[in-house]
Order: sequence, then C-alpha cells, then structure tokens
Amino acid sequence: MTTDTYRQLLGLAAGVMIVAAVLALWRRSLSAIVRILAAQGLALAAIAVLVGAYHHEVSDIAVGGMFVVLKVVVIPAVLLRVVRDTNNQRQSEPLVNVSTTIVGAAILTVVAFAATRGLVGLHPSPEADALPAGFAVVLIAFFGLVVRRNALVQVVGFLMLENGIAAVAVLAGAGISLTVEMAVALDLLLAVLVLQILSARMQTKFGGLELDHLSELTD
Amino acid sequence: MLLLALLVVPLAPAVATGLFGWRPTVAWTHVGASAATLALAVVLAVRVLDETIVRFGNGVLRADALAAFMVLVVAIVGLLASWSSTGYIDTELATGHTTPAGARLYGALVPLFVAAMLLALLAGNAAVTWIAIEGTTVATAFLVGHRRNRASLEASWKYVIIGSVGLALAFLGTIVLAYAARAAGATSANALNWDTLTAIGGRLDPATARLAGGLLLLGYGTKVGLAPMHTWLPDAHSQAPAPVSALMSGVLLAVAFSVILRFKTIIDAAAGPGYMRGLLIVMALLSLAVAASLMLGQRDAKRLLAYSSIEHMGVLAFAAAVGTRLAAAALLLHVIAHALGKTAAFLAVGELPLAEGTTRITELRGLLTRRPALGGCIALAIIALLGLPPFGLFASELALARAGFDAKLGWSTAAVFAVLAAATAALLYQAQRILLGPPTPTVDSQQLAVLASPRATLMVPLVSALIALGLLGITLGPLQQLLNAAARIVAR
Repeated sequence: MTTDTYRQLLGLAAGVMIVAAVLALWRRSLSAIVRILAAQGLALAAIAVLVGAYHHEVSDIAVGGMFVVLKVVVIPAVLLRVVRDTNNQRQSEPLVNVSTTIVGAAILTVVAFAATRGLVGLHPSPEADALPAGFAVVLIAFFGLVVRRNALVQVVGFLMLENGIAAVAVLAGAGISLTVEMAVALDLLLAVLVLQILSARMQTKFGGLELDHLSELTD
Repeated sequence: MLLLALLVVPLAPAVATGLFGWRPTVAWTHVGASAATLALAVVLAVRVLDETIVRFGNGVLRADALAAFMVLVVAIVGLLASWSSTGYIDTELATGHTTPAGARLYGALVPLFVAAMLLALLAGNAAVTWIAIEGTTVATAFLVGHRRNRASLEASWKYVIIGSVGLALAFLGTIVLAYAARAAGATSANALNWDTLTAIGGRLDPATARLAGGLLLLGYGTKVGLAPMHTWLPDAHSQAPAPVSALMSGVLLAVAFSVILRFKTIIDAAAGPGYMRGLLIVMALLSLAVAASLMLGQRDAKRLLAYSSIEHMGVLAFAAAVGTRLAAAALLLHVIAHALGKTAAFLAVGELPLAEGTTRITELRGLLTRRPALGGCIALAIIALLGLPPFGLFASELALARAGFDAKLGWSTAAVFAVLAAATAALLYQAQRILLGPPTPTVDSQQLAVLASPRATLMVPLVSALIALGLLGITLGPLQQLLNAAARIVAR
C-alpha cells in the first residue's frame, strides 16, 4: 500500500464515521439508528486494520478485530433487542429540525478541525491528518446527546462519542497496550449492559423509552 | 504484595455474598474485610512516610504519599459504611424495602465499588486509573437504583449517561496527553505511566497539554460533581442507600479529584500554572454558587447533603487552583474532614426514611426534641460541614484562606469565601428548619415505633466518625507527617 492510498483510505473511513454521526442526529427509526452505529463501528475497525497493515503492527489489527466483534456485532445486537422489546414506539422525534442539526454538525466539524491544528502539526503523518475527524465525531455525538430525548438514542450517542475517541486513540498511536484496550472495551460493554437493563426497567415503569418521563427529581 | 493485598482483601466479601447471599455472618465478613483493609492502608501509609514509592509488578501498581493518604481515607469510610450496612440492609429486609436478591446484589457490588476506587488510586498507569474510575460508575449504577422505584431509576439513568460521557472526555484527554508524551520522546509502552508523565511533564508541547488538561478537567470534573457538570449528583446521592451515599459523597468524589490533582502537576509543568488555575477558579465559584442557591430552596434533606458535597468540591477546586504547599495541605485536610463529616451526615440522615418515614424537610421539623440521639448526631455532623470549630473543616478553610492571600490571589479568595459564606448560611438555615421548631405530627407513629431507638450498628460508626472529626480539628497527630508528604506531591 502506498502512502498516498493509505492516506486516502484513512480519510475515507474517517469520513464515513462523520457521516454516520450526522445521520444519527436526525433519523427517526430506532433500528435504523442502531444500524448506522454498526456502520460507524465498521469504519472504525477499518481504520485500526489500515493502521496495523501499514505499520505491520499486529496489535492494531487485533484491536480492529475486537472492534468488529464488539462494535459491529455484539453491542448493536444488544441494542436491537431493546428496540424489539419496545412494543409501541419504534420512532423518536428529534427536538431540533433536520436543517438546523446539519448546520450544527457542519459548524462542529469546522471547530474540531480548528481546535486540533496544533495536534496535527505536532507530529505530521497520514494518521495525524485524520485525527480531526475523530474529534468531529466526538463533538457531533455530544450534540446528539443534547438534542435527542430518547433512552436508546442517547446510548447510541454515547457509543458514537466513544467511537470517535477510539478513532483518535488508534490514529494517535497513543501507547495504549492491547490489554488496556481490552479492559477499556470491557468497561464499555459493561456500561452498555447496565444501560440496557436500566432501559428495560424504564419500559416496565414508564411504558416507553422517551426521557420526558424522567421528571420526578427536580429542585 | 501490600498493594495487591489492598485490592484483593476488600473483594473477599463480594465472593462470600455472591455464594451465600446476605446473612448476618456474611455481613460481618464485610466489616472484617474493611477493618483488614484499613490495617493494610495504615501499613502503606507508614511505608511511604519517607517519600519512598512502593511498587508492585514492574510498576503496574504504585503508591506514593498522595495515593497512601487517599487509600487511608477510602479505607476509613469503607469501614464506617460497611459497619452501618450490616444493620441497614437487615432493616430494609425487615421492612420490605428490599428483597434477598437485592441484598445479595448490594453485598456483591459495594466491595467491587471500594476495590475499584483503590485500584484508581494505586494504578501505575493513567489509562488503568481511568478504567477503574469508569468501573466505579458501573459498580454503583445498580446501587443508586437499589430501591427500584421511578425516582431511583431516573437517578441511575442520569448518573450512568452523564458520568460515562464525562469520563469518555477524560479518556480523550488521556489520549491527547499520551500523544504529547510520545512527541516528547516517551515510548508507546510507557507514555501513560504516571512516573513517565511526571518526569517529562516539562517537555510536553504546551498547546497540546492545554487541550488535554481542559478535557481531563471536564471529564474527571464531571465525576467530582463540579458545576456545570454536577446535574447528576443530587439525584444519585439522594437515591442511593445511605452507606453508599456516604461512600460516593465522602470518598468517590475526592478520589476523582485526586486524579485531577495528579494530572494538574503534569499540565502545570508543561503549560505553566495559570491555565489550570483559571479553569479551576471558574469551576470553584460556579460550584459554590450552584450549591448555595439550591441549598437555600431545598425541600429534601438528602439532596441538601448532596448539594453540600458540591459546595465542598468547589472548595477543593479552589485549593487546587491556589496550588501552594499550604493550600495543598489544606486541601488534603479538607478531603479527610469532609469524608468523615459527610459520612456521619449521610449515615444519620439515611436513617430518617426508616425512623420518620420521610426525608422532606418540612415534615422533619423539630427532630432534635423528637429524636435526641439521631438529631444530635445530625446536628454535630452539620456543624462540622458548616466549617465551624472545633471540627477539621474549620482548620482547613482557615488555612486555605491564608494560602489564597499568600499566593496573591486576594480577589479570587475574597470572592470564593463570600460565596462560601452564602452556602454556609443556606445550610445553617435548612439545618435549623430540620432540627429546631415545634414538631409536626409524624405520619404513623405506631408503625414507626419499632425504630424508636437508633440501632447500635448505626450509632457506633456514626459516633466514631464524629469523634475522629473532632480530634482532627484539634490535632492531626501522626497524620501530620503523611499529610505533609502528600502535599509535597500535589504542590511541587
């Protein structure tokens, strides 16, 4: 693989991650949103495998494999089960309309690229060029957490934020060993399972996943 | 070996509870393991007094004076909490507030929670510290949701989502810092070791260090409950069972704060002291202001204590901002005194739902005449939290004021103490509403008669905490040396 192809493929995968984050902002169907999350996970795994293949680092390829298992298969399957268990509402309306969310996402992408200029300049490389995309995914996912008021969509938002961070970690070659990476993934999986159980309890107590029901604890 | 034992011993009761369920003998293994953990913590504290760093497994675990000090605080509160848990869960089972399955889960999760906090303090690698802190969120999620009603479900949802998102930002900050460390010559194997980061702090790229510092402060600040990331805290701390509230408010917040302190010395070395100081002062003032305004209009006693925790975390943030050695000593004294005071307060107030059937402030009026023992303990704990003499928080706040003026931060110090005075006044106002005044008739005194006299498993830890708190206000005794050694790590 030439450096140029490598750079372009990394850019493509990072671009897919941003597009997935934006799509999740305004789609209504819960199962579609989970599938978008899986697609983003696949792009993330592709980044890890690309980095590993280019630098002949087996550990990065292993991380990519772990991402496929965890972020493309297991977690989306858990979330799709939550969707299947919702009897009535499989749609969720965003709080803000589509055009506003897209403008918001565009602004956040620009902010991400501006904020990370120093970071890219610190150690120029094909990986560093793709770093800002990871930050953009983080910011857009954060935005999504604010504008969506549905338990499942919030979990997806959190996972997309985490995907963005994982992309930064892989691209920065952050010196996080495989063991630590596995432990981080385990933590993430546990958090998702906790949220799944909580959303199941929410179903029985409130009869739905809309977070407007959460209004008892106020000052 | 000592460090490994500190992680394994507290876990033993989790296994026992998992196997045999919650029963009296098992409950006492919790107390026994907590006491053993405290003994180990004391041994560790003695070992690091001469500023040696204890290591295990090629630096996978490491403990300096700061870690040893925090481990000691966790172990003390852990013992008090597990002791009061024995009676607390029995009473909950007897009154039908929880099921045997719920009690078993409680008995398995509390030791996991304590062990995760200890791992966060003893880890040699910043990423492992992060994993442990995220682990505390996972372990406490179902403890917050222990009651399984709508309110506790709401609290645990907010807690997990906001806490996880905050910690995700902290992880991003950790990665950015590792990236800067790599660019400054660290290898990928050691870029996140606390030892390496501390050694090369001065060589990190300042702009990258600032980005990392901001993310780390936002992320771990969420876990500390600093405003404006505090919104989950009053819900979670008021819904959790009393001994868990004590652990969360008394030590978990401070453990997360100690991680900020570690990163701060590294960021300061790279980017100068002004950057983190500015951010911390803003968060300190915001936290104090939020706490003051929401304590004033508060209707629930447990939420009142939760906002008081936000107030005290604001004080810690300001002490870290000042950053001199005197301020660092004041900060650490504040940590241990707040841990004891808040533990006593939560244990006592946590008894109110059983003793009075409510924690609503208007319905508690005149508590001191109705229940002198419990009310008296609440009064003493609140006096301590108000920062009045003779308790430890008086000494730490006084020292902090002096440190602030010494560091030429006169205006910020004046502003912080003005808002702190407002928060103190708000808590005092609420305390007199709870404790004094003519008693309102309680809901059903017949039904509550069983609980008329406070149980020994509550009173022993409660009174011990108050006595320790009083002693701290008079003299630090043997703690002085440890505190000084730890302060030298916080403020180089």
